Amino acid sequence: MSGAVRETWSPVSDEYRSVLKGLQETVGACMQCGTCTASCPNGHAMDVTPRAMWRMIQFGMLDRILESRTFWMCSSCYMCTLRCPRGLKLTSAMAALKRLARLDGNRAARRNGAFYEAFMEDVETHGRVQETSMMQRYFLKRKDPALPFTFLPLGVKMLCKGKVHLPSSVHNGVLEPLFAKAREMEGMS
Amino acid sequence: MRYAYYPGCSLMESAREFDVTTRAVMERLGCELIEIPDWTCCGASAAEPVSRLMNYALPARNLAIVEQEMEGLDVLAPCSACYLNLLKVNREVVGDRHLHGQVNEVLAASGLHYRGDVTVRHLLDVLKTDVGAKIAEQKVTDGLKGMKIAPYYGCQILRPYPVFDEPGNPTSMEPFIRAMGGEVFEWRMGNRCCGASLMMGHPEVAIESVAAILADAEGADAIATVCPLCQMNLEAYQARAVKEGGKPVPVLYLTQLMGLALGLDRETVQLEKNLTMTAKVREDMATRAWAMPEPETGTGAAGVTDQPQEKGASHV
Ligand code: SF4
Ligand code: SF4
Repeated sequence: MSGAVRETWSPVSDEYRSVLKGLQETVGACMQCGTCTASCPNGHAMDVTPRAMWRMIQFGMLDRILESRTFWMCSSCYMCTLRCPRGLKLTSAMAALKRLARLDGNRAARRNGAFYEAFMEDVETHGRVQETSMMQRYFLKRKDPALPFTFLPLGVKMLCKGKVHLPSSVHNGVLEPLFAKAREMEGMS
Repeated sequence: MRYAYYPGCSLMESAREFDVTTRAVMERLGCELIEIPDWTCCGASAAEPVSRLMNYALPARNLAIVEQEMEGLDVLAPCSACYLNLLKVNREVVGDRHLHGQVNEVLAASGLHYRGDVTVRHLLDVLKTDVGAKIAEQKVTDGLKGMKIAPYYGCQILRPYPVFDEPGNPTSMEPFIRAMGGEVFEWRMGNRCCGASLMMGHPEVAIESVAAILADAEGADAIATVCPLCQMNLEAYQARAVKEGGKPVPVLYLTQLMGLALGLDRETVQLEKNLTMTAKVREDMATRAWAMPEPETGTGAAGVTDQPQEKGASHV
């Protein structure tokens, strides 16, 4: 990212270090059996297998980890978590990797994290997800002018079926105090 | 039987037919659903990649309200993601003093507090454990005779916490399908992930899963789901998935199918809301086409119960 060369073995900041430490605790007991990799329905789209990813975490190979698209391909299906003979919370580890990449904030992270962020911003604003406004936020974040058009046929179909609704403002702001408090506690602005 | 009902955001938006049929079917089965006052989003699977604390605090807020205002009631959630998020609070927060303290600190910003005393149930758990297929069978007025239904459980309903069924080989829908007069379509993809929100950022990856699921459902008259995201992914992207080897199959909520069998009126069952409900499929449903004898005989096939309007229509 941005031209800066990072050392593979050295965590960058305190925030990184703490997320990485949590991750290392989560997957520390991995014995590299590969059950997680074999269970993953999205493995074909990953550049690093889940098993190898846990190894890289154990070694603290931050650069390699952050370059990978593996964790963005996780659809939170929990198959690996269910099957891991060591009982490791692997789906949570994938989510923590997504948070780590958000801290890093490179282009791939902004693109791949756009949906989650749009979703959460909408929740913060409306209290409940309003599908139309959430999708608008998502399109804006992706900054890809062609993207809305790929969803257009579906949008039209849903409109015809009466599945598109105007945003309701009944719960606007209800969750703002919670979000503000959590941000304060998690040390993010 | 009374429950604190947590519909979740999707059921207020694109999955309204799931909300309406859940309420109507449960009422018919003798369950009273009382909506949690002022409930808010559970965070779905989008919260965890953004904030660990909010991933727990969002669902905990709803449980705190139930604990405070609806004492003693179990929470009933029809959406699998909502169910797992709510359940996670009890499994991962309660019992972890540090995390529980943090979550309550977040909740305190809204004057709330969660002790950890609310039981979380999925709709299918309540159907299986509290109601039972026998009771449902007694109320069937208009069975789905011969309809081959593929039960689709998806992922988060039994993973990682297999509370009420076997995650490797789930069967909890089957007695209900049989009670409705339907046939259980045997397939292997009932617990395969549909791709979930991967459909947004990387549709090319999610479509592969959807195509594999739809290919395996070849020969079924319908897929029954209990999750709004599964329903959306399996249904809305069928045209693309068919190009990748999938087969077009109607995708309905289990509660819609039960609603049909329990004789709920058309406005309630809302089949027309489903994107896969083409005129042909609707007619098949109305005429119970799958119950007809193999070669197309004329009218009055055995087992077709009263279907006032569309029965006369000639089926293609
Ligand atoms: S299944 Fe568990 S123990 Fe085996 S490689 Fe994966 S994380 Fe490691
Ligand atoms: S939870 Fe993620 S990593 Fe694990 S099997 Fe499912 S998609 Fe793969």
